[in-house]
Amino acid sequence: MRKALLPLIIIITTSLLLIRIFYLQVINDSFKLQSENNAIKIKYDYPERGYIYDRFGKLLVANQPSFDIMVIPRDIKKIDTAEFCMLLNITKFYFDERMTKAKVYSPRLPSVFLPQLNKLEYAAFQEKIRKFEGFYIQKRSLRDYQVSAGANVFGFITQASEREIAKNSYYNSGDLIGKQGVEESYEKILRGVKGVKYIQKDKYNREIGSYKEGKYDTIAVQGDDINLSISADLQKYGEELMINKRGGIVAIEPSSGEILALVTAPSYDPAILVGRQRSKNYTRLYNDSISKPLYDRGLLAEYPPGSPFKILTGLIGLQEKVINEQTTFMCNHGFSYARGRFMKCHGSGPHQLHNGIALSCNSYFGNVYMKIINKYVRPESAVNIWSNHVKSFGLGQFMGYDLPTGKRGKVPTGNTYNRMYPGWHWDSKTIVSNSIGQGEVLMTPIQLANMMAAVANRGYYYTPHIIKKIKGEQIDPKFREKHKTTVDRKYFDPVVEGLFGVFNYPGGTGNALQVKGIDICGKTGTAENFAKINGKRTKLQDHSIFVAFAPKDRPKIAIAVLVENGYYGARNAGPIAVLMIEKYLKGKISRTDLEKRMFEVSLQGEYNKYIKTKIDSLLIPKTEESTEN
Amino acid sequence: MKNQSITNNLDWVSIAIYIILVILGWLNIYSSSLSSTVEDASLFDFSQIYGKQMLFIFFTIPLIFIILAVDGKFYEKYSSVIFGVSLVLLAGLFVAGKTIAGQRCWYAIGSFTLQPSEFAKAATALALAKYLSDVQVNLKDLNRQIQTLLIIFLPVMLILPQPDPGSALIYSVFFLVLYREGLPSWYLWTGFVAIILFVLSLLFEPWAVVLMALIAIVFYYIKSRIGNRNIIASAIVFVLISGYVFSVDYVFDHVFKQHHRDRFNILLGKEVDMKGIGYNTNQSEIAIGSGGWFGKGFLEGTQTKGGFVPEQHTDYIFTTVGEEWGFLGSLIVIGLFAGLFLRIIYLAERQKTKFSRIYGQCVAGILFIHFFVNIAMVAGIFPTIGVPLPFFSYGGSGLWGFTILLFIFLKMDANKVNEW
Repeated sequence: MRKALLPLIIIITTSLLLIRIFYLQVINDSFKLQSENNAIKIKYDYPERGYIYDRFGKLLVANQPSFDIMVIPRDIKKIDTAEFCMLLNITKFYFDERMTKAKVYSPRLPSVFLPQLNKLEYAAFQEKIRKFEGFYIQKRSLRDYQVSAGANVFGFITQASEREIAKNSYYNSGDLIGKQGVEESYEKILRGVKGVKYIQKDKYNREIGSYKEGKYDTIAVQGDDINLSISADLQKYGEELMINKRGGIVAIEPSSGEILALVTAPSYDPAILVGRQRSKNYTRLYNDSISKPLYDRGLLAEYPPGSPFKILTGLIGLQEKVINEQTTFMCNHGFSYARGRFMKCHGSGPHQLHNGIALSCNSYFGNVYMKIINKYVRPESAVNIWSNHVKSFGLGQFMGYDLPTGKRGKVPTGNTYNRMYPGWHWDSKTIVSNSIGQGEVLMTPIQLANMMAAVANRGYYYTPHIIKKIKGEQIDPKFREKHKTTVDRKYFDPVVEGLFGVFNYPGGTGNALQVKGIDICGKTGTAENFAKINGKRTKLQDHSIFVAFAPKDRPKIAIAVLVENGYYGARNAGPIAVLMIEKYLKGKISRTDLEKRMFEVSLQGEYNKYIKTKIDSLLIPKTEESTEN
Repeated sequence: MKNQSITNNLDWVSIAIYIILVILGWLNIYSSSLSSTVEDASLFDFSQIYGKQMLFIFFTIPLIFIILAVDGKFYEKYSSVIFGVSLVLLAGLFVAGKTIAGQRCWYAIGSFTLQPSEFAKAATALALAKYLSDVQVNLKDLNRQIQTLLIIFLPVMLILPQPDPGSALIYSVFFLVLYREGLPSWYLWTGFVAIILFVLSLLFEPWAVVLMALIAIVFYYIKSRIGNRNIIASAIVFVLISGYVFSVDYVFDHVFKQHHRDRFNILLGKEVDMKGIGYNTNQSEIAIGSGGWFGKGFLEGTQTKGGFVPEQHTDYIFTTVGEEWGFLGSLIVIGLFAGLFLRIIYLAERQKTKFSRIYGQCVAGILFIHFFVNIAMVAGIFPTIGVPLPFFSYGGSGLWGFTILLFIFLKMDANKVNEW
């Protein structure tokens, strides 16, 4: 019996194996079918990407054909590498490197061998392609920019990364995907859907026609065109004004929340990120860590807002009823708010709200702020109430606009200070700098512009957005939703009066910036900033800030301008803001003196000051960079 | 005329099957490796896989002559030395081994690599045969059992951490041989039940398996005659089974690596991912399944040509047989293998010495378990474990290891006449 076990097992298991194989080979024919499926090649038909127009229908971004050389390593027969390299102007080293990469990716699947040939290169290669079996040409469409401005608004298209391919099954190796700007946020609408053709192949890997008469093939769906809300002329003008400066401009139409211009400086010509020079140029932009051309300052740079924040201090003071229009505070080149503590101011005299704003009196708003905080017994609940008022203007939060990057900014709450001063009785005196936008509050230029839109509307705003129209589709309804501020409509008039006074009162901080025929309301701002240089806290040149809206009644544009290290507010940001307003409302410029000056001003000297010495870190309070949506 | 007597006494049936299998193996390697190379290649292009295999096959000829020329008593006399050397070679891998694809089981001399675990099987078989053929050894004796197990587990302990679970698995076949030589049958029963419980506890929740075991034990208890009922023994068995089931569950979740779990899950149909982890198995089933009754013909396999099956020339070589030669070809190849195993067992049983009988059993067992695990894996009824198909799979070490294993036995078999 024991002798028989091994032979018995052999006989039984062998029979079982035969049954299994019989089942696989003869009974179950699904495998036969699958083996056919294996010998099917998939061909993609890439649709043209949707065009991008501006708010007036001017074409901004179109397409041009581009040709990628693709390779299937397994199909390569003996080729003349030297000729191949010469034809495409690549080195043998590059050839070997790409080949190894392609083989590692897959010997059977196509990978991009050489991307984005232009028409000439394509023609030369096309002529000889039959000599290079295993290579073929994949046509795609690349962007063709009709304007040289707006790179940060558009973003760019690039090959999908391996991570994106793994994450989203739509993309294959070599597929293009929108990055940054509207190319990223409206990727799905712009790209359309690629078509798929299944090609039957025989065992010699020859194509013998479409699989099952094209039963499973799909037709490419064209990408939809979109209209942006920006005005191409205004955008271009803004970028020109910002030449040789760093900073951002954001202009919004208050009645709709549409972004009219979104300028960041320095910027770049979008066309340099197309074609074979793309990766070289992109690397250059990416590695420029000093002027950061890929960094959208309009959306991402968080600055202390400075004096424009006084607008909110005044509004909240009225809403909390700690002041009224007639409330008067004395200013004596500043005011003493606690023993040994003095807040400096550039002016003097008794001020009411309207001229407090027009003359930008620190003492006035320091007093108002302390009254707001002192209204409540516990300072943290007072700060929370103040904080909620501020947040109702869209500050301290992601705004939900349709661009892929953004920052929250910062609005402190009672807890912020409890954490900052543990076990210490902080009160209104401790935090009085908030009154003039120099405390813990941080804002991005788009938040600043949106705040002005809310003031222009006297108490509400629409979520800023850059889309105006999508062909055949509604834009997101959330952009039509009114957001009300916690400050009532009736309190806005005295503040707007003050903003108007900035231009029109004697001694108003912007009275050199008047434009004939336009009632502009605005506010200057000058924000101190510091950096650690050689380990020492050093004061850098102030940031120049200006916010405005116009006309005073039924406003059509609200704007925020920030010029880094641009001295006081009326010096650089102010002229740029009024020029932008005039350009948008009138189409031509009457203040050519300002225009001439702004074209000529260069702050490069300011920026180069510390370039040789080491800047350890900018002392802008750091918050995590994060993504909107 | 010693040579004459050897040729007369050699078992030519086994040799014929051996030669046919080696030739068929090479043809399939040729087919599977040709697809990815240039069309008009020489058969002796040694840079190609089939060329190298041709070279390996060529070198078996002097190897066979040497084995047959050595005195038949040599293997028995020096079996412990051979075993010792193979253990040293295995242990040496930890110091001087070359790592290929994550496994440290090769010695590299220039571009030439040698896998000592392929030779350790024959050495272990020799050592086992030697030890068991001692008159003193009775497998009913617990001490003897322990010593026997030690011989088997020494090489396993050296192979497992390489890691090469496939090669280690092979050693389980020695238990069948031990059983033949008198090992108590509960060893096999325990092993059998353990495997069943292992699979069950992967398929079902552990408590469900424990419940099944409880029902089975209670049923057995009631069915037994009153006098044979032993409540304590039943309880102990139940506790042991529960402990085992829960520890399998734990080991599977916490000790196994993800790719091990994947392999079991695919097999048990718990996971379907034909592009990722299930790719190998799915592709090999497709390749075999597309063969039909008579196959697509030599060099005509689309799956083979397309290079869809990974590792096709080594562990998955049988897919080429299935695709190009169909069920008929599979039947012939499997039949040849089974015939060879049964022939070896037949020869073993007629040996005059216990040593050569046990060694013969081991040879049959080793060849069989390779064959079984490999074909079962390729046919999708066994987890993916790297075990070569004897005489078929590409690789010098494997081919030579199996050739040595087989021909030492054939030499012993031819010698038996002289032992009268």
